[in-house]
Amino acid sequence: MVRAYFMQAMNQGLRAAMEEDETVIVMGEDVDRGVFGVTRGLIDTFGANRIRKTPISEAAFVGAAVGAAAAGLKPFAHVMFSSFFYVAMDQVANQAARLRYMSGGQVELPIVYFAGTGPSGSAAAQHSENPHSILMHTAGLKVVMPSTPHDAKGLMITAVRDPNPVVYLADLRLSRRRESIPREPYEIPLGVADVKREGEDVTVVALASLVHTAVDVADRLEADGISVEVVDPRSLVPLDWDTIVASVRKTGRLVVADPARRLCGLAAEIITGVSERAWDSLRSQPQRVTWPDIPVPFSPVLEERLDVSAGDVEEAIRATLGDRVAAGSA
Amino acid sequence: MLPDTDILLNLYRRMVRIRVFEEKVQELHRLGKLPGFVHVYVGEEAVAVGACSMLRDTDHITSTHRGHGHCIAKGADVAPMMAELFGRADGYCRGKGGSMHIIDTSLGILGANGIVGGGIPMATGSGLADAVLGRDGVTVCFFGDGAANQGVLLESLNLAAIWQLPVVYLCESNQYMEFTPTTDLTAGRIYRRGEPFGVASMEVDGNDVLEVRRVVGEAVDRARRGEGPTLIEAITYRFSGHSEGESAFVSAYRTEEEVESWKARDPVTCFRDLLQTEAGITAAELDSIDAEEQEAIRKAVEFAEASPHPSPDEALDHVFAPAGG
Repeated sequence: MVRAYFMQAMNQGLRAAMEEDETVIVMGEDVDRGVFGVTRGLIDTFGANRIRKTPISEAAFVGAAVGAAAAGLKPFAHVMFSSFFYVAMDQVANQAARLRYMSGGQVELPIVYFAGTGPSGSAAAQHSENPHSILMHTAGLKVVMPSTPHDAKGLMITAVRDPNPVVYLADLRLSRRRESIPREPYEIPLGVADVKREGEDVTVVALASLVHTAVDVADRLEADGISVEVVDPRSLVPLDWDTIVASVRKTGRLVVADPARRLCGLAAEIITGVSERAWDSLRSQPQRVTWPDIPVPFSPVLEERLDVSAGDVEEAIRATLGDRVAAGSA
Repeated sequence: MLPDTDILLNLYRRMVRIRVFEEKVQELHRLGKLPGFVHVYVGEEAVAVGACSMLRDTDHITSTHRGHGHCIAKGADVAPMMAELFGRADGYCRGKGGSMHIIDTSLGILGANGIVGGGIPMATGSGLADAVLGRDGVTVCFFGDGAANQGVLLESLNLAAIWQLPVVYLCESNQYMEFTPTTDLTAGRIYRRGEPFGVASMEVDGNDVLEVRRVVGEAVDRARRGEGPTLIEAITYRFSGHSEGESAFVSAYRTEEEVESWKARDPVTCFRDLLQTEAGITAAELDSIDAEEQEAIRKAVEFAEASPHPSPDEALDHVFAPAGG
């Protein structure tokens, strides 16, 4: 085992994937220095042929990853901030996500599109997006968004090995999170959620940094006799409905905590999907805690207003328990 | 000096194949047999054929919404092409792509593309793959004058220049961006846009297949030697409209005289004349090629019409490749 920060874990995963397969290359802005740390030091091992610094030309290098993948490479394209996906959206949505389908399955596109994501402290509206719902909606992109160093390393190795475009979103709020992880390479399959905390009364499906918020709230509510299960999807496309639905069937109550806008978001999708699959087991109205439908503001005070807080999560959990309170069993 | 006779005849055959294919496509579209948009390449055959005649099967091309000619020139089989235009199960893409998305990766055809300029970064990436893997492959990036004002062209020229990628950016200036003369909305000359990047830049008569072959051949040789990219602007003309059936929704935007003046320089008939006058090839030999290609296209249509529609549930396939496969 080895202690690793969130981005170091990804770095280890990427390094392992590059060591096992010489067609894996890295491209992006300042990838030699390694913004956020995920590519740091790789140039010393793999050299400038495989670690390609690009100019600030997102559309060109995101699109070049498609052509490179179709012609035999496995590119890891570092988009830096996830807001910059929008700069390259034609290449992401019309090309990377479409080429295999349009070709009737002729093409494999083993690409990882990596980006740091989410508010990181007054980065304002063009450096703080969480675009996972948009990317999930695209069809043709896999999407992962881990919450721990352990998951980050395993998902990185799986993402690089996957024969499809995988968007890998690294929540910047998790940068200082550190834990012991296996030194050796390991895979975490895409489409397998993880129950981060077991509980009996309420299921909280939480994403990325909100997983930790939810676990903290759950620990606190234990004193009030409320037992909360926290499910971390980790991978959004594919999404592990089985684990989510099994948890709701057990608890009968659902909260979704998504650090993103409300409209057409992940939270809406999970609540709908659970309602379709396990309506009969729902004992109360599902709740969602999300951002309001606004861009991410600059001022720390305003940014905090946007964020999903521990208080929001707790309030939502208590709201789902209204039936139990009314029954006098809480 | 002219190339060998077999090369000349092959160039002619490919150009005729494109012409016959496209004229048949126009006819089928008029008859309402083809779903969707169709953009034909009639009048521009010399560009694709001249360029692809200098490529190997392992070399790559990226294409455009007007891509039938590029695919045929790179060796695509007209029968699954036609079936794809019909949206049938035996089409290149099993009916999932249609006219604008024909792909044959086994021939290095990385795809026609419905987004104007959309293939340009892909071609750059294909060149990157050759460079990283140490292969001596070359990628030809076909795009139109309409795509020359997309930012990805300049971004790609920069990338290809800094990395000295083996890519030939080949602009087919057919004089129109959809329904507007290119010169109305384009500053300067397109081929000169490579110069500030230090990219070898030149124009060529796109209606002269031998000239295209010569100029592209030099660019391909440079690329194979590791001497980097080239930007070539082939001056040509679209005999037909932007899109088949466009007269239903757009008024006339060019004169008969203009179209006729370009038809006087028809790349197929001009080359046919040259073969007879300068290469001593008889009209009978050329006629027999014409007849063979007519027959091949007739069979392609027969194949396409006989091909079944895809099973509706196939719509759900091919979104993702199976992992671990």
